[in-house]
Amino acid sequence: MSAGQAVAVRRPRRSPLRAGGLLPHAVLVVAALCALGPLLFMLLTAFKTQKQYLNDVYGLPWPLTLSNFSEAIHGGELYTWLKNSAIYTVGSVLVSTVAAAFCAFAIARMRFRGQSLLLSINVALMVVPPVVMLIPLFAQFSDLGLVGTYRGVIAIYAGLTMPFSIYLLTSFFRTLPGELFDAALVDGASHLRVLRTVVLPLSAPALVTLVVVNSLWVWNELLIALVFLPEDDLKTLMVGLTTVLQGRFSLNVPVLMAGMVLASAPMLLLYFAGQRFFIRGLTAGALKG
Amino acid sequence: MLKTRPYIPYLYCLPAVALLALVFGYPMIRVIDFSTRLVRGSSGPFIGLDNFRNTLDDPTFHDAWTHSLTLLIAVPIMLAISLLVSVLLYEQVRGWRIFRTVLFAPYVLAVPVAAIIASYLFQLHGAVNELFAAVGLDSLAIDWIGSEDYALMTVLIVIVWREVGFGIVLFLARLMSQDTDPLEAATIDGASWWQRLRHVVIPELRPTIEFYVVVSAITMLSSVFGYVFALTHGGPGTSTMVLELYIYNLGEVESAPGMASAVATILLAATTVLIALMFWVRRRATRRDLAESL
Repeated sequence: MSAGQAVAVRRPRRSPLRAGGLLPHAVLVVAALCALGPLLFMLLTAFKTQKQYLNDVYGLPWPLTLSNFSEAIHGGELYTWLKNSAIYTVGSVLVSTVAAAFCAFAIARMRFRGQSLLLSINVALMVVPPVVMLIPLFAQFSDLGLVGTYRGVIAIYAGLTMPFSIYLLTSFFRTLPGELFDAALVDGASHLRVLRTVVLPLSAPALVTLVVVNSLWVWNELLIALVFLPEDDLKTLMVGLTTVLQGRFSLNVPVLMAGMVLASAPMLLLYFAGQRFFIRGLTAGALKG
Repeated sequence: MLKTRPYIPYLYCLPAVALLALVFGYPMIRVIDFSTRLVRGSSGPFIGLDNFRNTLDDPTFHDAWTHSLTLLIAVPIMLAISLLVSVLLYEQVRGWRIFRTVLFAPYVLAVPVAAIIASYLFQLHGAVNELFAAVGLDSLAIDWIGSEDYALMTVLIVIVWREVGFGIVLFLARLMSQDTDPLEAATIDGASWWQRLRHVVIPELRPTIEFYVVVSAITMLSSVFGYVFALTHGGPGTSTMVLELYIYNLGEVESAPGMASAVATILLAATTVLIALMFWVRRRATRRDLAESL
Protein backbone atom coordinates (compact mmCIF):
# COMPACT_ATOMS: atom_id res chain seq x y z
CA MET A 1 0.00 0.00 0.00
CA SER A 2 2.61 2.53 0.99
CA ALA A 3 4.58 1.81 -2.17
CA GLY A 4 1.57 2.44 -4.38
CA GLN A 5 0.77 5.59 -2.50
CA ALA A 6 4.27 6.91 -2.93
CA VAL A 7 4.10 6.31 -6.65
CA ALA A 8 0.79 8.10 -6.90
CA VAL A 9 2.02 11.13 -4.96
CA ARG A 10 5.38 11.49 -6.64
CA ARG A 11 4.14 13.00 -9.85
CA PRO A 12 6.45 14.30 -12.53
CA ARG A 13 6.22 18.08 -12.73
CA ARG A 14 6.19 17.84 -16.45
CA SER A 15 4.56 14.87 -18.06
CA PRO A 16 6.29 13.60 -21.19
CA LEU A 17 2.91 13.42 -22.86
CA ARG A 18 2.40 17.16 -22.69
CA ALA A 19 0.31 18.49 -25.53
CA GLY A 20 0.56 22.15 -24.59
CA GLY A 21 -1.60 24.94 -25.92
CA LEU A 22 -4.89 26.39 -24.87
CA LEU A 23 -7.19 23.70 -26.19
CA PRO A 24 -6.56 21.09 -23.47
CA HIS A 25 -7.12 23.64 -20.76
CA ALA A 26 -10.30 24.82 -22.45
CA VAL A 27 -11.62 21.25 -22.57
CA LEU A 28 -10.90 20.82 -18.87
CA VAL A 29 -12.59 24.10 -17.96
CA VAL A 30 -15.70 23.14 -19.93
CA ALA A 31 -15.75 19.71 -18.26
CA ALA A 32 -15.39 21.31 -14.83
CA LEU A 33 -18.23 23.75 -15.55
CA CYS A 34 -20.46 20.88 -16.63
CA ALA A 35 -19.65 18.99 -13.44
CA LEU A 36 -20.22 21.99 -11.20
CA GLY A 37 -23.21 23.55 -12.97
CA PRO A 38 -25.97 21.39 -11.47
CA LEU A 39 -24.34 21.55 -8.03
CA LEU A 40 -24.26 25.35 -8.20
CA PHE A 41 -27.84 25.37 -9.41
CA MET A 42 -28.87 23.43 -6.31
CA LEU A 43 -26.83 25.59 -3.96
CA LEU A 44 -27.79 28.98 -5.42
CA THR A 45 -31.47 28.12 -5.79
CA ALA A 46 -31.60 27.03 -2.15
CA PHE A 47 -30.87 30.63 -1.14
CA LYS A 48 -33.41 32.27 -3.43
CA THR A 49 -36.99 33.27 -2.87
CA GLN A 50 -39.55 31.63 -5.07
CA LYS A 51 -39.89 34.91 -6.97
CA GLN A 52 -36.17 35.32 -7.53
CA TYR A 53 -36.01 31.77 -8.86
CA LEU A 54 -38.91 32.23 -11.25
CA ASN A 55 -37.60 35.56 -12.50
CA ASP A 56 -34.07 34.50 -13.14
CA VAL A 57 -32.84 30.91 -12.93
CA TYR A 58 -29.25 32.04 -13.43
CA GLY A 59 -29.33 35.04 -11.12
CA LEU A 60 -27.37 35.22 -7.93
CA PRO A 61 -29.41 34.79 -4.75
CA TRP A 62 -29.36 38.34 -3.49
CA PRO A 63 -30.57 39.21 -0.92
CA LEU A 64 -29.88 35.79 0.58
CA THR A 65 -32.92 33.89 1.80
CA LEU A 66 -32.48 31.43 4.62
CA SER A 67 -36.12 30.64 5.22
CA ASN A 68 -36.05 27.84 2.61
CA PHE A 69 -33.96 25.76 4.94
CA SER A 70 -36.30 26.06 7.88
CA GLU A 71 -39.25 25.44 5.58
CA ALA A 72 -37.58 22.29 4.21
CA ILE A 73 -36.86 21.10 7.72
CA HIS A 74 -40.42 21.66 8.90
CA GLY A 75 -42.14 20.74 5.64
CA GLY A 76 -40.95 17.17 5.99
CA GLU A 77 -39.41 15.20 8.78
CA LEU A 78 -35.89 16.15 7.84
CA TYR A 79 -34.40 15.68 11.30
CA THR A 80 -36.03 12.27 11.65
CA TRP A 81 -34.81 11.20 8.23
CA LEU A 82 -31.34 12.50 8.97
CA LYS A 83 -31.27 10.56 12.23
CA ASN A 84 -32.53 7.40 10.50
CA SER A 85 -30.01 7.64 7.67
CA ALA A 86 -27.27 8.07 10.26
CA ILE A 87 -28.46 5.03 12.24
CA TYR A 88 -28.65 2.75 9.18
CA THR A 89 -25.30 3.98 7.90
CA VAL A 90 -23.36 3.72 11.15
CA GLY A 91 -25.01 0.43 12.13
CA SER A 92 -24.54 -1.39 8.86
CA VAL A 93 -21.02 -0.11 8.23
CA LEU A 94 -20.01 -1.21 11.71
CA VAL A 95 -21.48 -4.69 11.32
CA SER A 96 -20.13 -5.10 7.81
CA THR A 97 -16.62 -3.96 8.69
CA VAL A 98 -16.27 -6.11 11.81
CA ALA A 99 -17.71 -9.28 10.26
CA ALA A 100 -15.68 -8.76 7.07
CA ALA A 101 -12.46 -8.17 9.02
CA PHE A 102 -12.76 -11.57 10.75
CA CYS A 103 -13.68 -13.37 7.55
CA ALA A 104 -10.98 -11.65 5.47
CA PHE A 105 -8.39 -12.43 8.13
CA ALA A 106 -9.30 -16.11 7.92
CA ILE A 107 -9.24 -16.13 4.11
CA ALA A 108 -5.99 -14.21 3.84
CA ARG A 109 -4.03 -15.69 6.70
CA MET A 110 -5.35 -19.15 7.52
CA ARG A 111 -5.70 -22.35 5.55
CA PHE A 112 -9.00 -24.17 5.40
CA ARG A 113 -11.16 -26.18 3.04
CA GLY A 114 -13.40 -24.08 0.83
CA GLN A 115 -11.22 -21.01 1.21
CA SER A 116 -10.78 -20.18 -2.45
CA LEU A 117 -14.37 -21.18 -3.20
CA LEU A 118 -15.57 -18.72 -0.58
CA LEU A 119 -13.53 -15.93 -2.12
CA SER A 120 -14.79 -16.76 -5.62
CA ILE A 121 -18.41 -16.80 -4.49
CA ASN A 122 -17.76 -13.54 -2.76
CA VAL A 123 -16.45 -11.90 -5.94
CA ALA A 124 -19.43 -13.24 -7.87
CA LEU A 125 -21.82 -11.73 -5.34
CA MET A 126 -20.32 -8.29 -5.91
CA VAL A 127 -21.96 -8.38 -9.35
CA VAL A 128 -25.45 -9.53 -8.31
CA PRO A 129 -27.86 -6.57 -8.38
CA PRO A 130 -29.81 -6.07 -5.12
CA VAL A 131 -33.08 -5.91 -7.08
CA VAL A 132 -32.76 -9.66 -7.82
CA MET A 133 -33.18 -10.43 -4.11
CA LEU A 134 -35.80 -7.76 -3.47
CA ILE A 135 -39.02 -9.80 -3.63
CA PRO A 136 -37.99 -12.97 -1.70
CA LEU A 137 -36.03 -10.87 0.78
CA PHE A 138 -39.15 -8.89 1.53
CA ALA A 139 -41.23 -12.05 2.02
CA GLN A 140 -38.54 -13.55 4.21
CA PHE A 141 -38.21 -10.42 6.33
CA SER A 142 -41.99 -10.13 6.66
CA ASP A 143 -42.06 -13.67 8.08
CA LEU A 144 -39.31 -12.77 10.49
CA GLY A 145 -41.03 -9.52 11.48
CA LEU A 146 -38.02 -7.52 10.34
CA VAL A 147 -39.69 -5.22 7.81
CA GLY A 148 -39.80 -1.68 9.10
CA THR A 149 -37.20 -2.24 11.79
CA TYR A 150 -33.78 -0.69 12.25
CA ARG A 151 -32.08 -4.06 12.77
CA GLY A 152 -33.68 -5.57 9.66
CA VAL A 153 -32.49 -2.84 7.35
CA ILE A 154 -29.09 -2.70 9.02
CA ALA A 155 -28.73 -6.44 8.38
CA ILE A 156 -29.65 -6.01 4.70
CA TYR A 157 -27.21 -3.15 4.17
CA ALA A 158 -24.47 -4.97 6.06
CA GLY A 159 -25.09 -8.04 3.88
CA LEU A 160 -25.16 -6.10 0.63
CA THR A 161 -21.88 -4.31 1.40
CA MET A 162 -20.26 -7.50 2.73
CA PRO A 163 -18.86 -8.93 -0.55
CA PHE A 164 -16.98 -5.75 -1.29
CA SER A 165 -15.79 -5.42 2.32
CA ILE A 166 -14.44 -8.98 2.39
CA TYR A 167 -12.85 -8.56 -1.00
CA LEU A 168 -11.08 -5.31 -0.13
CA LEU A 169 -9.83 -6.45 3.27
CA THR A 170 -8.69 -9.85 1.98
CA SER A 171 -6.63 -8.20 -0.75
CA PHE A 172 -5.17 -5.82 1.78
CA PHE A 173 -4.40 -8.39 4.47
CA ARG A 174 -2.54 -10.41 1.86
CA THR A 175 -0.16 -7.54 1.22
CA LEU A 176 0.96 -7.46 4.87
CA PRO A 177 4.32 -9.22 5.38
CA GLY A 178 3.92 -12.77 6.67
CA GLU A 179 6.81 -12.53 9.14
CA LEU A 180 4.69 -10.23 11.29
CA PHE A 181 2.20 -13.00 11.89
CA ASP A 182 4.75 -15.74 12.38
CA ALA A 183 6.66 -13.70 14.93
CA ALA A 184 3.52 -12.87 16.89
CA LEU A 185 2.33 -16.47 16.86
CA VAL A 186 5.72 -17.82 17.90
CA ASP A 187 5.45 -15.48 20.86
CA GLY A 188 2.27 -17.34 21.70
CA ALA A 189 -0.27 -14.73 20.70
CA SER A 190 -3.74 -16.01 19.83
CA HIS A 191 -5.27 -15.31 16.44
CA LEU A 192 -7.59 -12.85 17.98
CA ARG A 193 -4.68 -10.96 19.44
CA VAL A 194 -2.78 -10.99 16.17
CA LEU A 195 -5.82 -9.59 14.42
CA ARG A 196 -6.34 -6.93 17.06
CA THR A 197 -2.77 -5.86 17.81
CA VAL A 198 -0.95 -6.53 14.52
CA VAL A 199 -3.35 -6.59 11.60
CA LEU A 200 -5.94 -3.95 12.41
CA PRO A 201 -3.50 -1.16 13.42
CA LEU A 202 -1.60 -1.71 10.17
CA SER A 203 -4.84 -1.70 8.21
CA ALA A 204 -6.06 1.75 9.21
CA PRO A 205 -5.90 3.17 5.65
CA ALA A 206 -7.80 0.20 4.21
CA LEU A 207 -10.38 0.40 6.99
CA VAL A 208 -10.92 4.12 6.50
CA THR A 209 -11.31 3.54 2.77
CA LEU A 210 -13.81 0.79 3.40
CA VAL A 211 -15.83 2.85 5.85
CA VAL A 212 -15.96 5.76 3.40
CA VAL A 213 -17.07 3.67 0.42
CA ASN A 214 -19.71 1.75 2.35
CA SER A 215 -21.04 4.82 4.15
CA LEU A 216 -21.45 6.64 0.85
CA TRP A 217 -23.29 3.68 -0.61
CA VAL A 218 -25.66 3.18 2.32
CA TRP A 219 -26.34 6.89 2.79
CA ASN A 220 -27.30 7.23 -0.88
CA GLU A 221 -29.23 3.96 -1.25
CA LEU A 222 -32.85 4.24 -2.36
CA LEU A 223 -34.40 0.93 -3.48
CA ILE A 224 -34.08 -1.10 -0.26
CA ALA A 225 -35.02 1.86 1.91
CA LEU A 226 -38.09 2.48 -0.22
CA VAL A 227 -39.38 -1.08 0.13
CA PHE A 228 -38.36 -2.06 3.64
CA LEU A 229 -39.20 1.16 5.48
CA PRO A 230 -42.82 2.01 4.74
CA GLU A 231 -43.44 3.89 8.02
CA ASP A 232 -42.93 7.63 8.04
CA ASP A 233 -40.82 7.71 11.17
CA LEU A 234 -38.36 5.14 9.79
CA LYS A 235 -37.76 6.72 6.37
CA THR A 236 -34.27 7.64 5.23
CA LEU A 237 -33.24 10.96 3.74
CA MET A 238 -33.26 9.59 0.20
CA VAL A 239 -36.75 8.17 0.59
CA GLY A 240 -38.00 11.32 2.28
CA LEU A 241 -36.59 13.43 -0.54
CA THR A 242 -38.07 11.40 -3.36
CA THR A 243 -41.44 10.46 -1.87
CA VAL A 244 -42.29 13.42 0.38
CA LEU A 245 -40.31 16.58 -0.40
CA GLN A 246 -40.19 16.10 -4.17
CA GLY A 247 -43.98 15.93 -4.26
CA ARG A 248 -44.77 18.53 -1.63
CA PHE A 249 -42.43 21.20 -2.97
CA SER A 250 -42.52 20.43 -6.67
CA LEU A 251 -43.77 23.96 -7.23
CA ASN A 252 -41.53 25.56 -4.64
CA VAL A 253 -38.17 24.65 -6.08
CA PRO A 254 -35.99 26.71 -3.69
CA VAL A 255 -37.34 24.82 -0.65
CA LEU A 256 -36.78 21.47 -2.39
CA MET A 257 -33.23 22.48 -3.25
CA ALA A 258 -32.63 23.58 0.34
CA GLY A 259 -33.75 20.13 1.48
CA MET A 260 -31.36 18.50 -0.95
CA VAL A 261 -28.48 20.72 0.14
CA LEU A 262 -29.09 19.57 3.71
CA ALA A 263 -29.30 15.93 2.60
CA SER A 264 -26.10 16.15 0.55
CA ALA A 265 -24.10 18.29 2.96
CA PRO A 266 -22.73 15.48 5.18
CA MET A 267 -21.23 13.51 2.29
CA LEU A 268 -20.07 16.56 0.32
CA LEU A 269 -18.35 18.04 3.39
CA LEU A 270 -16.68 14.71 4.15
CA TYR A 271 -15.59 14.54 0.52
CA PHE A 272 -14.04 18.00 0.45
CA ALA A 273 -12.39 17.39 3.83
CA GLY A 274 -10.92 13.98 3.06
CA GLN A 275 -11.18 13.49 -0.65
CA ARG A 276 -8.15 11.25 -0.93
CA PHE A 277 -10.04 8.60 1.03
CA PHE A 278 -12.99 8.87 -1.33
CA ILE A 279 -10.89 8.79 -4.46
CA ARG A 280 -8.60 6.06 -3.22
CA GLY A 281 -11.47 4.05 -1.84
CA LEU A 282 -13.71 4.28 -4.84
CA THR A 283 -11.01 3.45 -7.35
CA ALA A 284 -9.91 0.53 -5.19
CA GLY A 285 -13.54 -0.37 -4.81
CA ALA A 286 -14.22 -0.20 -8.50
CA LEU A 287 -15.63 -3.68 -8.43
CA LYS A 288 -18.59 -2.51 -6.44
CA GLY A 289 -20.07 -1.01 -9.58
CA MET B 1 -0.12 -19.02 6.46
CA LEU B 2 -1.02 -19.72 10.02
CA LYS B 3 -1.54 -23.17 11.48
CA THR B 4 -4.75 -23.33 13.43
CA ARG B 5 -7.15 -25.57 15.15
CA PRO B 6 -9.37 -26.71 12.26
CA TYR B 7 -12.57 -25.00 13.37
CA ILE B 8 -11.06 -21.55 13.97
CA PRO B 9 -11.22 -20.26 10.35
CA TYR B 10 -14.86 -21.32 10.06
CA LEU B 11 -15.64 -19.56 13.29
CA TYR B 12 -14.07 -16.38 11.92
CA CYS B 13 -16.06 -16.61 8.70
CA LEU B 14 -19.34 -17.49 10.36
CA PRO B 15 -20.88 -14.03 10.94
CA ALA B 16 -20.02 -12.81 7.45
CA VAL B 17 -21.18 -15.99 5.76
CA ALA B 18 -24.40 -16.00 7.78
CA LEU B 19 -25.19 -12.47 6.60
CA LEU B 20 -24.32 -13.36 3.00
CA ALA B 21 -26.63 -16.38 3.22
CA LEU B 22 -29.44 -14.27 4.67
CA VAL B 23 -29.20 -11.44 2.15
CA PHE B 24 -27.85 -13.16 -0.98
CA GLY B 25 -27.91 -16.96 -0.75
CA TYR B 26 -31.35 -17.81 0.47
CA PRO B 27 -33.18 -15.04 -1.46
CA MET B 28 -31.42 -16.09 -4.68
CA ILE B 29 -32.73 -19.63 -4.26
CA ARG B 30 -36.16 -18.34 -3.27
CA VAL B 31 -36.42 -16.00 -6.24
CA ILE B 32 -36.10 -18.97 -8.60
CA ASP B 33 -38.71 -20.85 -6.57
CA PHE B 34 -41.00 -17.79 -6.51
CA SER B 35 -40.76 -17.45 -10.27
CA THR B 36 -42.65 -20.77 -10.64
CA ARG B 37 -45.42 -19.93 -8.18
CA LEU B 38 -48.48 -17.76 -7.90
CA VAL B 39 -47.02 -15.96 -4.92
CA ARG B 40 -49.25 -14.49 -2.26
CA GLY B 41 -47.40 -13.42 0.84
CA SER B 42 -44.43 -15.70 1.28
CA SER B 43 -45.40 -18.58 -1.00
CA GLY B 44 -48.15 -19.90 -3.25
CA PRO B 45 -49.25 -22.71 -5.58
CA PHE B 46 -46.89 -24.01 -8.25
CA ILE B 47 -47.84 -22.73 -11.70
CA GLY B 48 -44.92 -23.89 -13.79
CA LEU B 49 -43.70 -21.38 -16.32
CA ASP B 50 -46.81 -19.18 -16.33
CA ASN B 51 -45.01 -16.25 -14.76
CA PHE B 52 -42.41 -16.36 -17.51
CA ARG B 53 -45.12 -16.61 -20.18
CA ASN B 54 -47.01 -13.66 -18.73
CA THR B 55 -43.80 -11.69 -18.51
CA LEU B 56 -42.82 -12.42 -22.09
CA ASP B 57 -46.33 -11.39 -23.21
CA ASP B 58 -46.02 -8.06 -21.42
CA PRO B 59 -44.87 -5.34 -23.83
CA THR B 60 -43.47 -3.40 -20.86
CA PHE B 61 -41.02 -6.26 -20.25
CA HIS B 62 -39.62 -5.79 -23.73
CA ASP B 63 -39.45 -2.04 -23.24
CA ALA B 64 -37.59 -2.53 -19.97
CA TRP B 65 -35.03 -4.84 -21.58
CA THR B 66 -34.60 -2.62 -24.60
CA HIS B 67 -34.08 0.46 -22.43
CA SER B 68 -31.68 -1.26 -20.03
CA LEU B 69 -29.63 -2.42 -23.01
CA THR B 70 -29.89 1.02 -24.62
CA LEU B 71 -28.37 2.56 -21.52
CA LEU B 72 -25.23 0.55 -22.30
CA ILE B 73 -24.51 3.32 -24.84
CA ALA B 74 -23.36 5.27 -21.81
CA VAL B 75 -20.40 2.92 -21.44
CA PRO B 76 -18.44 3.96 -24.57
CA ILE B 77 -19.45 7.58 -24.00
CA MET B 78 -18.11 7.57 -20.45
CA LEU B 79 -15.03 5.66 -21.54
CA ALA B 80 -14.21 8.26 -24.22
CA ILE B 81 -14.80 11.23 -21.93
CA SER B 82 -12.90 9.82 -18.98
CA LEU B 83 -9.95 8.72 -21.11
CA LEU B 84 -9.68 12.13 -22.75
CA VAL B 85 -10.09 14.10 -19.54
CA SER B 86 -7.77 11.91 -17.48
CA VAL B 87 -5.03 12.19 -20.10
CA LEU B 88 -5.46 15.97 -20.22
CA LEU B 89 -5.35 16.14 -16.42
CA TYR B 90 -2.21 14.07 -16.44
CA GLU B 91 -0.59 16.60 -18.75
CA GLN B 92 -1.83 19.79 -17.19
CA VAL B 93 0.26 20.13 -14.10
CA ARG B 94 -1.23 23.41 -12.99
CA GLY B 95 -4.38 22.97 -10.93
CA TRP B 96 -4.87 19.30 -11.72
CA ARG B 97 -5.87 18.57 -8.14
CA ILE B 98 -8.61 21.19 -8.22
CA PHE B 99 -9.93 19.84 -11.51
CA ARG B 100 -9.91 16.34 -10.10
CA THR B 101 -11.82 17.45 -7.00
CA VAL B 102 -14.42 19.25 -9.08
CA LEU B 103 -14.83 16.54 -11.71
CA PHE B 104 -15.33 13.86 -9.09
CA ALA B 105 -17.78 15.86 -6.97
CA PRO B 106 -20.95 14.75 -8.85
CA TYR B 107 -20.11 11.15 -7.96
CA VAL B 108 -20.41 11.96 -4.26
CA LEU B 109 -23.91 13.35 -4.76
CA ALA B 110 -26.68 10.84 -4.14
CA VAL B 111 -28.36 9.46 -7.26
CA PRO B 112 -31.86 10.69 -6.27
CA VAL B 113 -30.47 14.15 -5.57
CA ALA B 114 -28.75 14.27 -8.95
CA ALA B 115 -31.96 13.12 -10.61
CA ILE B 116 -34.17 15.67 -8.85
CA ILE B 117 -31.80 18.52 -9.75
CA ALA B 118 -31.87 17.31 -13.35
CA SER B 119 -35.66 17.19 -13.34
CA TYR B 120 -35.66 20.99 -12.95
CA LEU B 121 -32.69 21.75 -15.17
CA PHE B 122 -34.29 19.81 -18.03
CA GLN B 123 -37.82 21.21 -17.70
CA LEU B 124 -39.31 22.67 -20.86
CA HIS B 125 -38.62 26.17 -19.54
CA GLY B 126 -35.76 25.07 -17.34
CA ALA B 127 -32.20 26.23 -17.09
CA VAL B 128 -30.83 24.08 -19.90
CA ASN B 129 -33.32 25.29 -22.47
CA GLU B 130 -32.92 28.88 -21.31
CA LEU B 131 -29.19 28.54 -21.84
CA PHE B 132 -29.72 27.23 -25.37
CA ALA B 133 -32.14 30.07 -26.10
CA ALA B 134 -29.68 32.64 -24.73
CA VAL B 135 -26.92 31.52 -27.08
CA GLY B 136 -29.27 31.30 -30.04
CA LEU B 137 -29.54 27.53 -30.23
CA ASP B 138 -33.30 27.47 -29.81
CA SER B 139 -33.55 24.41 -32.00
CA LEU B 140 -31.75 22.41 -29.33
CA ALA B 141 -34.32 23.38 -26.73
CA ILE B 142 -36.38 20.21 -26.69
CA ASP B 143 -38.81 18.71 -24.22
CA TRP B 144 -36.12 16.66 -22.47
CA ILE B 145 -38.28 14.85 -19.93
CA GLY B 146 -41.82 15.21 -21.20
CA SER B 147 -41.26 13.72 -24.63
CA GLU B 148 -41.21 9.97 -25.21
CA ASP B 149 -38.54 10.46 -27.84
CA TYR B 150 -36.02 12.21 -25.63
CA ALA B 151 -36.68 11.08 -22.05
CA LEU B 152 -34.37 8.05 -22.17
CA MET B 153 -31.61 10.18 -23.66
CA THR B 154 -32.05 12.64 -20.81
CA VAL B 155 -31.74 9.82 -18.26
CA LEU B 156 -28.59 8.76 -20.05
CA ILE B 157 -27.15 12.28 -19.89
CA VAL B 158 -27.81 12.48 -16.16
CA ILE B 159 -26.19 9.08 -15.58
CA VAL B 160 -23.12 10.08 -17.58
CA TRP B 161 -22.95 13.40 -15.73
CA ARG B 162 -22.87 11.80 -12.32
CA GLU B 163 -20.86 8.66 -13.08
CA VAL B 164 -18.14 9.86 -15.44
CA GLY B 165 -16.02 11.31 -12.64
CA PHE B 166 -15.33 7.82 -11.42
CA GLY B 167 -13.72 6.81 -14.71
CA ILE B 168 -11.65 9.99 -14.79
CA VAL B 169 -10.27 9.34 -11.34
CA LEU B 170 -9.65 5.67 -12.04
CA PHE B 171 -7.68 6.30 -15.23
CA LEU B 172 -5.81 9.22 -13.70
CA ALA B 173 -4.71 7.07 -10.75
CA ARG B 174 -3.51 4.45 -13.21
CA LEU B 175 -1.69 6.99 -15.39
CA MET B 176 0.07 8.55 -12.45
CA SER B 177 1.36 5.24 -11.19
CA GLN B 178 2.71 4.09 -14.53
CA ASP B 179 6.24 4.09 -15.72
CA THR B 180 7.01 7.23 -17.73
CA ASP B 181 9.99 5.77 -19.61
CA PRO B 182 8.11 4.46 -22.65
CA LEU B 183 6.44 7.85 -23.04
CA GLU B 184 9.72 9.70 -22.86
CA ALA B 185 11.24 7.33 -25.38
CA ALA B 186 8.30 7.89 -27.72
CA THR B 187 8.63 11.66 -27.32
CA ILE B 188 12.34 11.56 -28.13
CA ASP B 189 11.56 9.45 -31.17
CA GLY B 190 9.33 12.28 -32.35
CA ALA B 191 5.93 10.67 -31.86
CA SER B 192 3.04 13.11 -31.99
CA TRP B 193 0.59 13.61 -29.11
CA TRP B 194 -2.01 11.45 -30.80
CA GLN B 195 0.51 8.73 -31.65
CA ARG B 196 1.73 8.62 -28.07
CA LEU B 197 -1.83 8.39 -26.82
CA ARG B 198 -2.73 5.61 -29.24
CA HIS B 199 0.41 3.53 -29.16
CA VAL B 200 1.71 4.05 -25.65
CA VAL B 201 -0.95 5.30 -23.24
CA ILE B 202 -3.98 3.28 -24.33
CA PRO B 203 -2.12 -0.07 -24.56
CA GLU B 204 -0.71 0.67 -21.14
CA LEU B 205 -4.20 1.34 -19.75
CA ARG B 206 -5.80 -1.62 -21.46
CA PRO B 207 -6.41 -3.80 -18.42
CA THR B 208 -7.94 -0.84 -16.59
CA ILE B 209 -10.10 -0.01 -19.61
CA GLU B 210 -11.44 -3.57 -19.81
CA PHE B 211 -12.14 -3.51 -16.12
CA TYR B 212 -13.92 -0.16 -16.34
CA VAL B 213 -16.08 -1.28 -19.27
CA VAL B 214 -17.34 -4.34 -17.39
CA VAL B 215 -17.98 -2.43 -14.18
CA SER B 216 -19.86 0.32 -16.02
CA ALA B 217 -21.92 -2.20 -17.95
CA ILE B 218 -22.96 -3.76 -14.64
CA THR B 219 -23.88 -0.33 -13.30
CA MET B 220 -26.04 0.41 -16.34
CA LEU B 221 -27.91 -2.88 -16.10
CA SER B 222 -28.33 -3.00 -12.36
CA SER B 223 -27.81 0.32 -10.57
CA VAL B 224 -29.91 2.91 -12.34
CA PHE B 225 -33.09 2.56 -10.29
CA GLY B 226 -32.54 5.83 -8.39
CA TYR B 227 -32.18 7.81 -11.61
CA VAL B 228 -35.40 6.68 -13.26
CA PHE B 229 -37.39 6.58 -10.04
CA ALA B 230 -36.62 10.19 -9.13
CA LEU B 231 -36.43 11.64 -12.63
CA THR B 232 -39.18 10.04 -14.70
CA HIS B 233 -40.76 7.12 -12.80
CA GLY B 234 -40.31 5.21 -16.04
CA GLY B 235 -42.41 7.60 -18.09
CA PRO B 236 -43.70 9.27 -20.11
CA GLY B 237 -45.58 6.06 -20.92
CA THR B 238 -42.97 3.38 -20.59
CA SER B 239 -40.30 5.32 -22.44
CA THR B 240 -37.77 5.16 -19.59
CA MET B 241 -38.85 1.89 -18.00
CA VAL B 242 -35.79 -0.19 -17.08
CA LEU B 243 -35.47 -3.69 -15.60
CA GLU B 244 -34.97 -2.62 -12.01
CA LEU B 245 -37.98 -0.32 -12.00
CA TYR B 246 -40.04 -2.96 -13.79
CA ILE B 247 -39.26 -5.54 -11.09
CA TYR B 248 -39.98 -2.97 -8.38
CA ASN B 249 -43.31 -2.01 -9.97
CA LEU B 250 -44.42 -5.61 -10.47
CA GLY B 251 -43.55 -6.52 -6.92
CA GLU B 252 -44.49 -3.42 -4.98
CA VAL B 253 -47.08 -1.58 -7.02
CA GLU B 254 -48.90 -4.23 -9.05
CA SER B 255 -48.64 -6.94 -6.36
CA ALA B 256 -47.38 -9.56 -8.79
CA PRO B 257 -44.39 -10.95 -6.86
CA GLY B 258 -44.36 -14.15 -8.94
CA MET B 259 -43.94 -12.24 -12.18
CA ALA B 260 -41.43 -9.92 -10.57
CA SER B 261 -39.45 -12.98 -9.51
CA ALA B 262 -39.55 -14.36 -13.04
CA VAL B 263 -38.01 -11.14 -14.33
CA ALA B 264 -35.49 -11.16 -11.48
CA THR B 265 -34.56 -14.74 -12.39
CA ILE B 266 -33.96 -13.72 -15.99
CA LEU B 267 -31.85 -10.79 -14.78
CA LEU B 268 -29.91 -13.15 -12.51
CA ALA B 269 -29.19 -15.40 -15.49
CA ALA B 270 -27.96 -12.41 -17.47
CA THR B 271 -25.84 -11.41 -14.51
CA THR B 272 -23.96 -14.71 -14.59
CA VAL B 273 -22.62 -13.71 -17.99
CA LEU B 274 -21.34 -10.53 -16.39
CA ILE B 275 -19.87 -12.53 -13.51
CA ALA B 276 -17.88 -14.60 -15.99
CA LEU B 277 -16.64 -11.41 -17.63
CA MET B 278 -15.84 -10.02 -14.22
CA PHE B 279 -13.61 -12.97 -13.36
CA TRP B 280 -11.86 -12.54 -16.65
CA VAL B 281 -11.06 -8.84 -16.25
CA ARG B 282 -10.34 -9.23 -12.57
CA ARG B 283 -7.61 -11.73 -13.27
CA ARG B 284 -6.08 -9.29 -15.68
CA ALA B 285 -6.43 -6.01 -13.92
CA THR B 286 -7.54 -5.84 -10.37
CA ARG B 287 -4.54 -7.06 -8.51
CA ARG B 288 -2.43 -4.33 -9.97
CA ASP B 289 -5.05 -1.60 -9.75
CA LEU B 290 -5.97 -2.43 -6.22
CA ALA B 291 -2.42 -2.59 -4.97
CA GLU B 292 -1.66 0.73 -6.58
CA SER B 293 -4.75 2.67 -5.79
CA LEU B 294 -4.71 1.91 -2.09
